[in-house]
Amino acid sequence: MSRTSSMRRRSVIPASLISIAGLLLVIVTPFFTPANLAAQDSSAVPVSASSNVYAITGAKIYTLAGPVIENGTLVIRDGKIAAVGAGLAAPPDAQVIDAKGLEVYPGLFDPITGMGLGEIDQVLSTQDTAETGDYNPDIVAATAVNPSSVHIAVTRAAGITHVLSVEGVGAIDSRSGGGLLAGQASAINLAGWTMKEMAIDKSVAMALYWPSLSTAEYDEVSSSLKHKPYTEVKEAYDKQVNDLSDWLDRARHYAQAVEQGSPAVYQRDLKLEALIPVVQGKQPVLVFADTARDIRNSVEFCAKQNLKMILAGGAEAWKEKILLKQKNIPVILDPTMRLPDEEDFPYDKPMTQPAELVAAGIPIAFASFNTDFSRRLSQQAGNAVAYGLSRDEALKAITLNAARMFGLADRLGTIEPGKMANVIVTDGDVLELRTQLRYLFIQGKLTSLDNRHLQFYEMYRKRPKPSAQ
Amino acid sequence: MSRKIIGTLALLSALIPTAALAQSFPEVTVIRDATILTVSHGTIQHGSILIRDGKIAAVGKDVAIPAGATVIDAAGEFVMPGIVDCHSHIAVDGSVNEGGVAVSSMVNIHDVLNPDDIVIYDDLAGGVTVANVLHGSANPIGGQTVVIKLRWGKPASELPFEGALPGIKFALGENPKESNFRPQPPTPIRYPASRMGVEETIRQAFTEAREYKKTWDDYDRRKAAGEANLIAPRRDLKLDPLVEVMEGKRYVHAHCYRQDEILMLIRVANEFGFKVRTFQHVLEGYKIADEIAASGAGGSTFSDWWAYKMEAFDAIPYNAALMAERGVVVSINSDDAEEARHLNQEAAKAIKYGGVSPEEALKMVTLNPAIQLGIDNRVGSIDVGKDADLAIYNHDPLSVYGVAQKVLIDGQVYFDRSHDLTQRAALEREKQALVDKEKKAAEDEKKAEEKSAKEPDQAATKKSAKKKNPDQRKPEPINTEPPQAGALSEGGTR
Repeated sequence: MSRTSSMRRRSVIPASLISIAGLLLVIVTPFFTPANLAAQDSSAVPVSASSNVYAITGAKIYTLAGPVIENGTLVIRDGKIAAVGAGLAAPPDAQVIDAKGLEVYPGLFDPITGMGLGEIDQVLSTQDTAETGDYNPDIVAATAVNPSSVHIAVTRAAGITHVLSVEGVGAIDSRSGGGLLAGQASAINLAGWTMKEMAIDKSVAMALYWPSLSTAEYDEVSSSLKHKPYTEVKEAYDKQVNDLSDWLDRARHYAQAVEQGSPAVYQRDLKLEALIPVVQGKQPVLVFADTARDIRNSVEFCAKQNLKMILAGGAEAWKEKILLKQKNIPVILDPTMRLPDEEDFPYDKPMTQPAELVAAGIPIAFASFNTDFSRRLSQQAGNAVAYGLSRDEALKAITLNAARMFGLADRLGTIEPGKMANVIVTDGDVLELRTQLRYLFIQGKLTSLDNRHLQFYEMYRKRPKPSAQ
Repeated sequence: MSRKIIGTLALLSALIPTAALAQSFPEVTVIRDATILTVSHGTIQHGSILIRDGKIAAVGKDVAIPAGATVIDAAGEFVMPGIVDCHSHIAVDGSVNEGGVAVSSMVNIHDVLNPDDIVIYDDLAGGVTVANVLHGSANPIGGQTVVIKLRWGKPASELPFEGALPGIKFALGENPKESNFRPQPPTPIRYPASRMGVEETIRQAFTEAREYKKTWDDYDRRKAAGEANLIAPRRDLKLDPLVEVMEGKRYVHAHCYRQDEILMLIRVANEFGFKVRTFQHVLEGYKIADEIAASGAGGSTFSDWWAYKMEAFDAIPYNAALMAERGVVVSINSDDAEEARHLNQEAAKAIKYGGVSPEEALKMVTLNPAIQLGIDNRVGSIDVGKDADLAIYNHDPLSVYGVAQKVLIDGQVYFDRSHDLTQRAALEREKQALVDKEKKAAEDEKKAEEKSAKEPDQAATKKSAKKKNPDQRKPEPINTEPPQAGALSEGGTR
């Protein structure tokens, strides 16, 4: 219905939402400004307990750093994991949570969202998801993340303790377009009074939307594909890639000037400054590309430029397994809940691809590529297990793997002493649809599971029966 | 990435095997040793289902296997009724909207069914056997709609669900008032542009339809009385379907979000003496579940979609459970070819959000939508006499790990996962052979072209005849004569 072939397919599910209306949502124009719409969510802040020491006892603990611990104890102290093991005694100063029959996992990590950057897709005034212009390496997602966004508490209730907010993800103000070098992605915890408390690392990657060489573009007005001549597309593509190379070259020269010269010999340039860790290979580039050709081109480009690449999307990554393995490039996969990307692909390709990539030795992670559907993260992973991925790999793909990709694995991703205590306690398999979340810790704080959806549920459940008229 | 390119290859790969599969299936089949989720009367462990002439002939633990029957050994796997998707836009050729007018009741989705739409197969592979194919939501009163069975491989004429009442799409709120995609100047804004105008558009149309119906009723009465020289009233294709609505011959499926607009349509329906059959999306249904239940309308909603537009901001995943709790017949639908592939999983969320029982959850994608579409005497549960529309899963379909293995419609296997898997290598080879053939043809042509460029003068005219068309020619050597017109036209095709 609504397979788009926009130059950048940033979000898979929003495209399908177009068909809710079956309508053509070309222009988003603001006709109302819901003031403080987001700010009404009183549950967006964590509940601080009096104690900062917790012992979760009697649980089945999936540390993801070793074998599953049956009847295990997890001790959290001062925001960190203090100890984990079977038969550990709870420290005397700990608040004890009896978790007999429950399961403990590292908090889930959705590494591609627009969390806090956009509230309501079609309400333009709520969107801070993207900037105008093609080159915005200096902008930082965390700057615009609204700590009171209703999405934060809703997402948290699905066991997601931290996310990456990435420019260009979610609904996009059509005036901006978002560009090629879209900005710096921020790793944030889904609890905190201010961004200062929420931020894990405000700059973990540079988002790059790879220019697509696709000649076919979905035209929403006619609900059909429009074809552009290859030469025309290639010309525009070459120009964009050349510009991108120029930017990186200038950043290298700038880095040299900064290193060797005094401020007197160069003029400070915030955009080039932001690119220094990128050209030095210290900060990964999160490259959005889907087709085999775009993947090949972007991989080749990043190799030539000595950039540390993470592939985002990778709809046809299965066609480039050898290349991705050879260049050691991890992939954050488009949601498993999507249609096959071409009509003649197997109907289950989106679900089988994760297992296929893992078998080829390529690290993968799942992501929502969205904000509204972040809470479907574990369902994405579960679907991949149904189609051949091992459950252990699926769990890592929603916790540890993305933490590794973004250099956060020293702090997050497993349950090991010394790591940040982002931990969830469930009443069953975290990948299963019916499983309920019982407790959630962010930075060692027992955090509220209340959210706007739950509040409405409880409120309207109590509505008295209306009198007959 | 687009799947809109309908190539020969795609059709070859998807169409042929399954179509052949369905046609060759025998008349008596037994599914044995299955965990049968009847939906209507509990779960039967190690049970069998006897299928005769497309209908369920027997269900239970002790079903004798007739001689000559084809046996499907489920080996303990789960069988559930085929999923009924109460809100779909699959199998539609082109746009689902006729948005130029506020009342587009004259158009009919039935007229644009496309049996080659690959998503029919995709959804079938997700256990869906019936879909309510709706017009879009561009108008307060939209186009006519049709219920289909996902008989992949059959022509368009064999898709509609025989005997199912047709429907019509209504739409309330942001879409019909065009809030999110308002035409830009010089295109004028279409009436209505507010929820007030949406109500008036519907009232106006039914006021006209009531007058129209009266004119026809008068005519029919006088004609029946034997009055001579009568002139029949003028046929109005816009009003005919609305008269059918008032006569209860056509179901209203109303796209809606906010509680106020839902109550508005209930009032208008009462005023004109018709019933709304289903409220679609109905994301604020939980706020007025009692009123919806009292009106007799069903609620067909999403599992957990929210925040994609202002009117979806109060959407909560507890909606299905809350409406059901107050007596509304609730279904969970897809509105999307992808979402339809895992409606069984979406149903499971009603257990998580609001605590409905597993059987009630399954009903939300089987029996309840069948009731909403008035086809529950035919489909929606595993009961004797109903159509053998069944889906076999390797695990509990309410688990994320459940994968559909076989899907039957009218007792015939239309999807078989093992068959799909075994066909892949052959299809891949066939596709490669076609690609190679195409490549070789292109190379031969190129070679011929190069050869001709090198040929001495006298051969130029002859060889250039092979060229595809003049625009693609390489520049001719200066001393070579240009090809003659006759030669070119002759060589314009391959």
